[in-house]
Order: sequence, then C-alpha cells, then structure tokens
Amino acid sequence: MAQFLEALINGISLGSLYAIIALGYSMVYGIAKMLNFAHGDVIMVGGYIVFIVLNNMGMPAALAIPAAMLVCVALGITIEGLAYRPLRQATSLAVLITAIGVSYFLQNAAQLIWGANPRFFTIMNYGNIPVSLGKDQFNISVGKLCSVGVSVVIMLGLSFFTGKTKMGKSMRAVSEDRGAAELMGINVNRTIALTFAIGSALAGVAGAMLVGVYGVQLSPTTGAMPGIKAFTAAVFGGIGSIPGAMIGGILIGVIEILVGTFISTDLKDALTFAVLIIMLVVKPTGLLGKPIREKV
Amino acid sequence: MTTSKKNTLITLVTLAVVTVVFLICQVGINTGAPWMTSTLKGQLVNICAWIMMAVSLNLVVGISGELSLGHAGFMSVGAFTAIIIASWLKRGKGMDSSWLRFVISAVAAVGISGLLGFLIGIPVLRLRGDYLAIVTLAFGQIISNVIRLLYVTVETDTGALHMALKLGTGTPKLSGKDVIKGAQGAMRMPQDSTFVIGFILVIITLIVVFNLTNSRSGRAIKAIRDNRIAAEAMGLKVTKYKLMAFVTGSALAGLAGALYGLNQSSLQAGFFEYTKSIEVLVYVVLGGIGTVPGSIVSATALTILPEVLRAFSEYRMLIYAVFLILVMILTNNPHTRMFFRSLRTRIFGRTDEEKRRDRL
Repeated sequence: MAQFLEALINGISLGSLYAIIALGYSMVYGIAKMLNFAHGDVIMVGGYIVFIVLNNMGMPAALAIPAAMLVCVALGITIEGLAYRPLRQATSLAVLITAIGVSYFLQNAAQLIWGANPRFFTIMNYGNIPVSLGKDQFNISVGKLCSVGVSVVIMLGLSFFTGKTKMGKSMRAVSEDRGAAELMGINVNRTIALTFAIGSALAGVAGAMLVGVYGVQLSPTTGAMPGIKAFTAAVFGGIGSIPGAMIGGILIGVIEILVGTFISTDLKDALTFAVLIIMLVVKPTGLLGKPIREKV
Repeated sequence: MTTSKKNTLITLVTLAVVTVVFLICQVGINTGAPWMTSTLKGQLVNICAWIMMAVSLNLVVGISGELSLGHAGFMSVGAFTAIIIASWLKRGKGMDSSWLRFVISAVAAVGISGLLGFLIGIPVLRLRGDYLAIVTLAFGQIISNVIRLLYVTVETDTGALHMALKLGTGTPKLSGKDVIKGAQGAMRMPQDSTFVIGFILVIITLIVVFNLTNSRSGRAIKAIRDNRIAAEAMGLKVTKYKLMAFVTGSALAGLAGALYGLNQSSLQAGFFEYTKSIEVLVYVVLGGIGTVPGSIVSATALTILPEVLRAFSEYRMLIYAVFLILVMILTNNPHTRMFFRSLRTRIFGRTDEEKRRDRL
C-alpha cells in the first residue's frame, strides 16, 4: 500500500512536469497548428541556463529560473520569427520538417557550446516530508511536491489568461479561424509570437525542474525524450485543450511510474505508448479534444 | 503526352539511371578508381537500404498521404528477423551459401514486417493527420523498446533456436551461442548483404512502388489522399486502399532492414528509434513528396553528405540543420516561390502549362 501510494505521488509529480511541457506543446499546436518538434530542445537550453546560473555563477535558484525563462522566451520568439513565420501558408509537413531542422540546430549548437558530455547537477534539496502509514514509512520530496503546485498554478493562470483577458481571447480567435480573426483586426503574427513566448517560458520552467528537481543529467539531447512524452500527454488529453494537457500529463506520469514500479522498468516506455494508442483508437481526438468536423 | 505515357517514361528512365549508376560504381570497384574511396565503398549497401526506406516511406507519406513517424520500426523488425534467420541458418544449420541465406531471411523479414504493418495499420489508419503521426511514432518506440529486451541464442550442434524476453530484473538464461543479447543488440551475424544484392533490391522496390502507383489501386490511393470523402462517395474502399499502401510500405521497409542488418557487424535496437524515422522523412520531403526519383537522389546525397562534410567535423550537423531550414523556407515561402518562378520564366520562357493558363 505504502509502495503504491509513494509511486502514485511520484507519478503525479512527474506528470505535473509533463503537464507543464505539454501545455506549451498544446498551446502552440492549438494556435499555430504545428507540431513544434523543437520544444523539447528549448527545455534543454533552459536546463543549461539554470545549470550555468546556479552552478557556475553561484546565484540563487530564485534568479536561475527567471533567467532560464527569459532566455527561452527570447529563443522561442527568435525561432518563430526566423523559421516558422515565413512558412505560415505552407503545408503542415513543410513546417514539421522545419521544426525538425530547428531541433537539430539547437541540439548541435548546444553540443558546440557546452560539449557533448553529460553534466550532473546537484539536485536542489528542499527536504522530505516523512509519511507513516501503519507500519510503512516513506518520504515525499518537498521539491517534487512544489512542482505539482507550480503546474497547477500555471494551468489555472493560463486558463484565466485565455478565457478572460483580451490577449487570450485573440489567441482563441486565431486558433478557431485565422482568416476571420485577421479580418476582425487581430494581429495574427503577434498573437502567434505571444503563444510561442508563453510556451517557451513554460519550457524554461520545465527545464529548471527537470535538472533541478528530478536530477536528470544534462546533455544536448536531454530534452528530446521528455518532449516526446509530453507531446504524447498533450495528444492523450486532447491537443489544444489546456485542462486536457494537464490531465494527460498527470495520467502519463502516473502510468509511467506505476508500470515502472509494479510491472517492469524496461517496459515502461512501451506500455505508456501502448496506453496512448489504445486511448486514441477508442477516442481519436484525445480525452478532452473537440471532435473534428468535416465539411464537404 | 498523356499521363500514363509520362508515368511509364519516368519509370523507365529512373530504372535506367539507377542501373547505369550501379554499373559505374561496379566498374569503379573493379578497377580501383580513385573516386571510389574506401568510405564510399563501405557506404554503398547502406545507401541502397536508405534509398529503399525513402522510396517506401514516400509510398506512405507522398502517395497515400499518411504522415508516418514509425517507419524505422518496420526496418528494425525486418533487420532483426533477418539477423535471427540468417544466424540460425549459418550457425545452427550450417548453410554455406550466403545468397540462399539472404533470400530466405529477406523473405521472412518481408513477411513479418508486412504482417506487423497490417496489424498496426488496422487501428492506426482510422486516425487522421497529426494523430496518426503520433501513434505511428508510439508504435516505432514500442517496437524498439521490445527488441531491446529480446534475447536469442542458437545451439550450434542441434540447430535449436531459443528466444526470450527480459521482463523481470535478471537477464534470461538461454543455452547456446548469443545471436541477440538485449540492449547490446545483435552481433556476429553473417554479413550476407552485397552491393549487387542491394542493387537488385532497390530495383525490386522501385518496380513494386511504380507498379502500385500507376495501377488502378494506385489511382484509388491517390484519389483518397486528395479527397477522402469524394473518393468514398465514388465507392472506393478507403480502409482497403490505405492498408494496401501502408502494408506495402512496411514490407519494403522490412526488406531494407534485412539488407541493412546483414551488412553490419553489430546492431542495436536503439539505432531504430523515432529519430531514424524522422531522418528518412527528411529524405522524402527534401527529395519532393510523392516523387520517387527525388527520394532516390536525396537519400543518396544525404547519406554521402555527412562523409563529405567530415572536414567540417563538429560543424557538419549544424550546417545540415541550417540547410534543412533554408531549403524548407525557400521552397515553401510564397515570396521565394514567386521569385523562383519569375527566374525560371526569364531563363526558360513559359512552360506549356502556363501558356495554357494564360490563354484562358
């Protein structure tokens, strides 16, 4: 029982990390209608920035995370402006290949700047909360618990932003119908750039959490696998939907940890992806996705 | 020229050019020409395998219009099937003819990967667009994950073949000599692939793909790609034709895998992760979606390119990435397209198509 509970809590906390990444994926997909394959690599850059500010410059964490966010936002807007904006009218496949090119670029640039050797990060330790359950005892890491809180706050904030503010409304309008939104006087390019900025800021937070809380070793390809997992989560929850990304992320995290703990560590990726496939075959637009209407 | 005549011409010219290039390479090998460097010679079979991968993925992505990101998964199934069968035939059964070994293992590879393509295709092809892409990616990852847990041994005296999946913590204990050893992959397999075999397989792939696309079924597949609802209204069985393209594509990927796998001295399942599928997709898109000759050229060029760019060593992947982004922007941005079109008219004059449009 205690083992199950511990795995569940670890799963929720890992899931909340996936959820933050998935939110970035999902928003960009919803508004720009593109699979941003380079999102995982923006996370990696965020991780390196945190590493440099914390370990090399000896600054506090309160400074490292905003620094990572800032760099990621700048990076996201630059990528969008240079690589994706010229392809606004192009086919989705062309945009996908460009995103892959950007992903290659970031990985190899990181390798040139920071080297290919993985860097180990001293995990920020905020202590543990001991929990006793009958005879069993286990610890909950405060850092991991915080990451759950952070992701919930981010989700609520984003829901408020897209639902209530003028900028958020223009984002929804662009995602609904780009042409009509433009006719209503919405600056589509600026709205899409804003979406990339928000998504990249989230990637910065995720990068900080990935290396700081989960102690993932840092290398130029660090972002790829969490990126793919989070993308799976976004699709699982229904891509384009903010609560969907959150639920999808947490479910994928919980499934991954539970499978790893109780079935087989080696099979956890395979079974996580298998759950995704079953989910999509049963409900092709994901958990909270809107059904696609087809007009003839 | 009618469309069917044009298609036949493209087929014949492509086959002829591939044959001529093959003959030139053969002459280069036999005479020891200076341009046939040892690195290029080592790459020849791999180039054939990547051409087959690009052409078969083009069938799925270009002709059938389904974005698949799991093509390397089928290649890995083909590669490891062929490795198991060929090792068994050589070390268990003592078969000496490498040609015969290759044929038997290639047939098995095609069968297994085609069957897997069929089983995966049924649920996957119900999905559309990006959802289909992510599910094929997931399948590719599952395949690579499962093969990473596969242990296969062969007993050299009795010829018995043992297989086990590592599910718990300990590695499975199997008697006999290792063929595939989990994450360490396959080793000491018979290297039966030759450049001649590679050439023959490329020709087979081209004939299969050209035949399919220029047949009645191929026209049905293209009609479904262009407008599924209209095609369905005309009475075309959507699932049947989509499956046809998908299964053919995966079987050919399995064949490419057999060629590739039996050309290596060791091979790990991790090699065929989604990044490899994406690499093949890049070949297809850069070569031009839906055009087979384009896939051949880009697969060849992009396999050789990293070797040529060796001089730039650490910058070569960066250059490649920038090249990829620039090509996509230059060929897809409306402004640059307009510029290229006006450049072409200034140099070559108007094409027949444009003249006809102007008259209207």
